[in-house]
Amino acid sequence: MAKALKAQHLTSIPGADDILRAELANGITVLARHNPHSLSFTLRGYLQAGGIYEPDEKLGLADFVSSALMRGTEQRSFNEIYDRLESIGASLGFNSGTHTVGFGGRALSEDLPVVLDLLSETLRTPSFPDNEVEKLRAQLMTGLALRGQDTRDMASLVFDELVYAGHPYGRAEEGHPETVGAITRADLQAFHAAHFGPRDMVLVIVGGLEPAQAIEAVRGALEHWTNDQQPPTAELPAWQPLAEPAYKRHEIPGKSQSDLVIGSGGPRRLDPEYLPAMVGNNILGRFGLMGRIGDVVREEAGLAYYAYSGLGGGIGPGAWTVEAGVNPGNEEQATELILSELQRFTDELVEESELSDSLSNIIGGMPLSLESNGGVASALLNIQRYGLDLDYYRHFPGLVAAVTREQIREAAAKYLDQQRLAVAAAGPTREVLA
Amino acid sequence: MSDYTKTTLPNGLQVLLKEIHTAPIISHWLWMRVGSRDETPGITGASHWVEHMQFKGTPSFPAGQLDRDISRDGGTWNAMTYIDWTTYYETMPADKIDLGLRLEADRLQNSLFEADEVASERTVIISERQGNENNPIFLLDEDVQKVAFKSHPYGHEVIGEMADLETMSRDDLYNHYQRYYAPNNGVLAVAGDFDTQAMLARIEELYGPIPAGAEPERVARPEAPPDAEQRVTTSGPGETVFIRAAYRSPAASDPDFFALTVADSLLAGPSNLNLFGGGISNKTSRLYQALVDTELAVGVGGGLQATIDPFLYAITITVHPQRKADDLIGPLDDEIKRLQDSAPEPQELARAVKQAQALFAYGSESITNQAFWLGFAQMFASYDWFESYLERLEAVTPEDVQRAAQQYLRPERRVLGVYQPDGAQHG
Repeated sequence: MAKALKAQHLTSIPGADDILRAELANGITVLARHNPHSLSFTLRGYLQAGGIYEPDEKLGLADFVSSALMRGTEQRSFNEIYDRLESIGASLGFNSGTHTVGFGGRALSEDLPVVLDLLSETLRTPSFPDNEVEKLRAQLMTGLALRGQDTRDMASLVFDELVYAGHPYGRAEEGHPETVGAITRADLQAFHAAHFGPRDMVLVIVGGLEPAQAIEAVRGALEHWTNDQQPPTAELPAWQPLAEPAYKRHEIPGKSQSDLVIGSGGPRRLDPEYLPAMVGNNILGRFGLMGRIGDVVREEAGLAYYAYSGLGGGIGPGAWTVEAGVNPGNEEQATELILSELQRFTDELVEESELSDSLSNIIGGMPLSLESNGGVASALLNIQRYGLDLDYYRHFPGLVAAVTREQIREAAAKYLDQQRLAVAAAGPTREVLA
Repeated sequence: MSDYTKTTLPNGLQVLLKEIHTAPIISHWLWMRVGSRDETPGITGASHWVEHMQFKGTPSFPAGQLDRDISRDGGTWNAMTYIDWTTYYETMPADKIDLGLRLEADRLQNSLFEADEVASERTVIISERQGNENNPIFLLDEDVQKVAFKSHPYGHEVIGEMADLETMSRDDLYNHYQRYYAPNNGVLAVAGDFDTQAMLARIEELYGPIPAGAEPERVARPEAPPDAEQRVTTSGPGETVFIRAAYRSPAASDPDFFALTVADSLLAGPSNLNLFGGGISNKTSRLYQALVDTELAVGVGGGLQATIDPFLYAITITVHPQRKADDLIGPLDDEIKRLQDSAPEPQELARAVKQAQALFAYGSESITNQAFWLGFAQMFASYDWFESYLERLEAVTPEDVQRAAQQYLRPERRVLGVYQPDGAQHG
């Protein structure tokens, strides 16, 4: 039924022959790829100014700065910035993580210069107007209040505090009411001056634009930016898994459902165990209606609407977790079921059929994940962030197909050892459980 | 705007096909004309629960095998239930889509609804509802909808009342399935990398033999708009106050829908009707300027939905921590009155159109989203509605917008709901 269009579609997987990469004189790396079917483009990128550079007492500073960039520049007010963007149906925004501040935007292809101008202005010359800083602070504080009422967010926060105590991954990137309340305008200015710079910045553009033209436009907008103060990229401190199992429950009175997060730190993206862990995780809690975990917790026991596993796999030892939302009265039963599935996963080889199913799923799903400009932009960012080959995604099917059942068990045993797992829960007070 | 094929099989199944050869992907959607609008007290939530049961197996595709087969082929699949419809989709590598076609044709008539599967799914759905209840906006929305409709089933949430979820029987669900799952009550929409003639032949082969059912009886009757403002307060845990002003809106097929779409765009930023493909910010919208920029609120959004019967245009406001709900009602009404008193500038309309064009461009990147529109528009109008959407927005005049604001955004047409944290120790 499908037309024989395979030759034409080979190019749907990005590779060295259709990704253009350039390094600007000031240290910015730009990658671009053309999507001839698109009338718009997606722009994404990051720079080295994440939460890892902020002190404990100013937790949330990098997040505050990145949110404040769009609140006014030396050239334009908050309203003028958004008027320029929204009048053409474009978007641009910043977010922060532990390692980097990320940015992303999209617009119709003809409007690339508008978005790049605004990106350049907001990155280089934010003015942090007093009144806008205070408006933003109220919004951030409301966000923190809502987080405090969200069982899923709080279970995740408690999990990070248990597993990564004393490590940057154990800190809440958006901070806490007392730390965000203590951040001053001068703090924002100082953090921006010290950490926002072009060195090791990455920018990706994918869409209805010729790559060479896109890269020249970036050059025009950003190559003259310099920052002599920019410190070297921060090293992530070493992390040690828990010495014994840990459990913590956070109470939020009045809630109807509890959320569970169970797991530990996982492999880094470049560790040899990463691909086996990724394939194994698909079997554990992704495949079909969420893998073995979904089968046991949702389909067989009927305990949860959602139950799945996730693998971080970034620069550092991102979490490898199982998450589920359950009735407060079923927390213990669900926890036991999940722990026993994890035990089986670390003790026994996965079935051959499970491995072949998951490999087909991962490889077969690639065209879908690379269908949109955003999907390709994410792939290009991964290539640059982890120093992968430009043809990595074309080699990817072969790389995952080489994963063995033994490698999966080894990765599981190394990272999901029952004696080193953390169990975090957030839900209503226990009195209502009767 | 684009080529597509529309036909109806002898058994009444509508079929819409659109070839798109940008990626080796096909997205296949089966839409059923059944949603919470077809539910009476006692069986609220039945449409959504039936949707869950459609994943529990048929004699040919036993539970567990369905998801294994689809996933093994690198596909993604899911289902959604709304007030007006229920839909099932598979997006798969083009050479694997036959599985999606066979599966949907099969479960359109052969789902088992085994008693133990019904029992196990009851607790899953109750858990889904409890997850929703953790969110203050769900609690507020449920109360607002209840007050907004006295007789129309739009008055209850799609997930259903907890009491009904606890008591509904296997037969209630199976009867609902049998009543509404027939080819003459469905629309099949397929978009992607296929040849139309070959695809149509395969659809006829698989779906053609399924017998038509009796035309299902409809319980929903359009309800007259209210004649006085109603207020409702929802109490619960938390620190944050929310306001939801929900106005009785026109049906999607009503010509006024487009004028109100522009009014929404000016007031609260453009609503994004795409299911896949992200929206844009609303910081220059009139309500953001009047409420958030003045530090009365920390967020505002509007939502106009394309529905069969008149539903609700809802403005949702997150109140600033230093303010009370009452501080915002006057400024909200002032801003709406400004639109009622004077027609907007033509350039404001041009901007709303440009925003809609951009959202369309973003949405067209995804074949799944294009297939979604192919069937979705049929649920409340026809695919022509979607094809002419931008044109009809462009035809809206400043006076049309002013008139729509005067007609639809009057206080007597609304329910004003407030979520008030009770400060109590729950337990």
